[in-house]
Amino acid sequence: MSIIMKYIFLLSILSCVSLAAKAIDVSGNVAAELQFFPDTAQFAEQMDENLTLSFQPKFRHSWNKGDDELTVELFLRADSRDDNRQHADIREFKWLHVSGSDEWRVGINTVFWGVTESQHLVDVINQIDRLEGIDAEDKLGQPMVQYTTLQDWGNLHIFVMPGFREARFRSETGRLRFPFVVDSSQALYQSSDEERHIDYALRYDHYIGDTEFGLSIFDGTNREAEFRLLNNVLVPFYSQMTQFGLDLQSIIGDWTWKVEAIHRSLDSGSFNAATAGFEYTFYGVLDSSVDMGTLLEYSWDSRDVNAPIFDSDIFGGFRFAFNDVQSSEVLAGLVVDTDKGSQSFRVEASKRIGESWKLIGELQVFSHVDVSDPLKAFEQDDYILLELAKYF
Amino acid sequence: MNNNIILKQTAKKLITQSLVALICLPLLLHAQTAEEQGLKIAKDAKEYDKGFVDFTANMVMTLNNKKGNKSTRLIRIKTLEVDGDGDKSMSIFDEPADVKGTAMLTYSHGLDPDDQWLYLPAIKRVKRISSRNKSGPFMGSEFAFEDLGSQEIEKYHYKYLRDESCGDLQCFVIERIPAYKYSGYTRQNVWIDKEGYRMIKADFYDRKNDLLKTLTSSEFKQYLGHYWRPGKMEMINHLNGKSTTLDWEGYTFKTGLTEGDFKSQTLKRAR
Repeated sequence: MSIIMKYIFLLSILSCVSLAAKAIDVSGNVAAELQFFPDTAQFAEQMDENLTLSFQPKFRHSWNKGDDELTVELFLRADSRDDNRQHADIREFKWLHVSGSDEWRVGINTVFWGVTESQHLVDVINQIDRLEGIDAEDKLGQPMVQYTTLQDWGNLHIFVMPGFREARFRSETGRLRFPFVVDSSQALYQSSDEERHIDYALRYDHYIGDTEFGLSIFDGTNREAEFRLLNNVLVPFYSQMTQFGLDLQSIIGDWTWKVEAIHRSLDSGSFNAATAGFEYTFYGVLDSSVDMGTLLEYSWDSRDVNAPIFDSDIFGGFRFAFNDVQSSEVLAGLVVDTDKGSQSFRVEASKRIGESWKLIGELQVFSHVDVSDPLKAFEQDDYILLELAKYF
Repeated sequence: MNNNIILKQTAKKLITQSLVALICLPLLLHAQTAEEQGLKIAKDAKEYDKGFVDFTANMVMTLNNKKGNKSTRLIRIKTLEVDGDGDKSMSIFDEPADVKGTAMLTYSHGLDPDDQWLYLPAIKRVKRISSRNKSGPFMGSEFAFEDLGSQEIEKYHYKYLRDESCGDLQCFVIERIPAYKYSGYTRQNVWIDKEGYRMIKADFYDRKNDLLKTLTSSEFKQYLGHYWRPGKMEMINHLNGKSTTLDWEGYTFKTGLTEGDFKSQTLKRAR
C-alpha cells in the first residue's frame, strides 16, 4: 500500500504543477473492470469474480520549440481481492531531447518492437506487466538511456538499460496463475549484479518501398523468468541472454505479410523461434462501411523441453472495424496448438460511448488443453471481462 | 497563254488554300478538347498553389446525424510540399480523448499507392498500414479517406464541362474521373473559381453513378497574399441524410517544417 501512497503523492504534486502551469498537457483514463470466471476454480482460495479500478494519467510538457519534452505516464490498479494485483507502475518518466536528426530519451520508457499480432518475439526491452492482460501488451516501464539517429539509410537505436524490472505475478486468490504461487521476493539471477545488471540493445530499422524491417540485438537479463520449485513456491530465475531478432512486414496489394524471428542464447542453451503470417482485409464488406480483416499466423519454437505456449501454434482471427461514430471494433481469434490440440479462443470488442467514455468487452475460453501444455494451469480460468473507462 | 496558265494556277492555289483555311479555322480555334481543357485547369490550379512550402492547421470535425446528434473530433494537420512527388502530411488526433496521441503519417504519390504509418499511443506502436482503403469513412465521418488526401494531378482524368457562376465568383465546372484504384466514385463534378482556383463545390457520384455527396467550401481566406484556404467545409450525404463539417483554424504557412519532421519514427513524438 505504501508504494501506492507514494504514487498518489507524486500524482497530486504533478496535478498541482499541471494546474499551475497550463503548459502541461494532461490526459489519461480512469476505468472500472469487472471480471467474471464462470468455471469452478482449480483452487479453493481463488476468486470467482472481481471488480477493480485503474487509473492511468499522462502528463506532457514540452519546451524549446518541442525539442525538449518531459513525459510522465503512471498506472495504478486498486484490487481488494488480490494483494499482488493491487499495483502501481511508472510506465514513462522520461526526458526527450531532439537535436536535428538525433533523439535522446533518458529515464523510464516503454518501447514496442515488432509486427506480428499473436505474440511479440522480438519485443524484449520492457518487462511484461503480467498482472494486467494475458495478451502481454501491458508493459512495465524500463529505465534507460536511448539514443536514436534518423538517417536516410534508416534509423539506428542504441539502448543502455541500468536496472531490471522483475515480473510480478498474481497472489493465491487470483485466477490465471500457476498451481504454485510465485514468490518474487526470492528471485534468483545468473548475474552477480542481479537486478542491477546493465543491459544493452541495438536496433536498426528502415523501409524499402512497401517493406519495413528491423534487426535487433539484445544483451542482458532475460525478461522471461524460468521457474524453480522451492518449498512449494515458484522462485523466478533470470538468466542472462543474447538475442538476435528480425522483424519484417511487407504490404503487397491487399495482403500484409509479417515475419518475426529470434535466436536466443541462454545459460541453459540456445533456441530459435519464429512467427509468420498475413493479414488480408476486405474493405466495405457487402456495400457497408465495415472492414473485415482476416489474420493467420503460425508460431514455431525449437525448444522441446520447457516449450512455451507458442511452440507449434496456428492463430487465426477476424478483425472488424465498423467505421462508425463510436469507432466500434471486434477482434476474434483462435490459437490452436498443432501438436497438443490445446485451444485458446478470445474475443475483444470496444465501442466509444458519447465523447469520452469507452466500453470494452473481452471473452477468453481455454479448451481441449493438453496436460503437457503450460496453458493447463489456466484451464478453469475462462473469463468474461467488462471495462468502462472515462478518458480525459 | 503562258500568263493565262499562271493566272489560272495562282487562282486555283488561292482557292484551295482559302478552302483549306476555311475548313481548318474552326478546328484551329478549338484545338483543345474538353479533356485537354479540364487537365489544363487542374494543372493551373496545382501551379497556382505551388510554393506554399508547408503549413500547419487545426481541424475541428463535427459529425451530425439526422436526429441532430453531434460528435466532435479535433485533429492537427501538418503538411510539407514535396517537389516532384505528392505532399507529406501528418495528422495528430487530440479528440475524442480515447484516441488522443494517435498520429498518422502519409506520403502521397500520384497513381502509386500512398505510404502510410499509424502510431498507436496505448501500446507505443508505429504500424505501417495499407493505404488501400480509399472509400472507407474517415473517423466515422461523411468524408472518405480519398476526400481528404492530397489532390495530385495524376489521380484523375479530367473533362471541362462549362463555365458557371458560383456565388459572387465565376467558376469552371470540370468532371474528374478517379484514375487510382479502389475509389468509391465513378466521377466527381467540381466547381473551381477562375480567379484563385478555389474549389467551391464538389459533387460525388457513387459506383452506381448516383449523386452521393456534396462538398461545399466557404469562408475562404488568402494566406501569404496568394494561397486560398477554406475556413469551412461541409460534406452532405444525400443518401443517409448525415453531414460532417470541418472548421479550419490557425492556418500557418512556411513554418520551417523539414523532411525530418515527417518520418515514421517522429510519429512517436508528434505534437
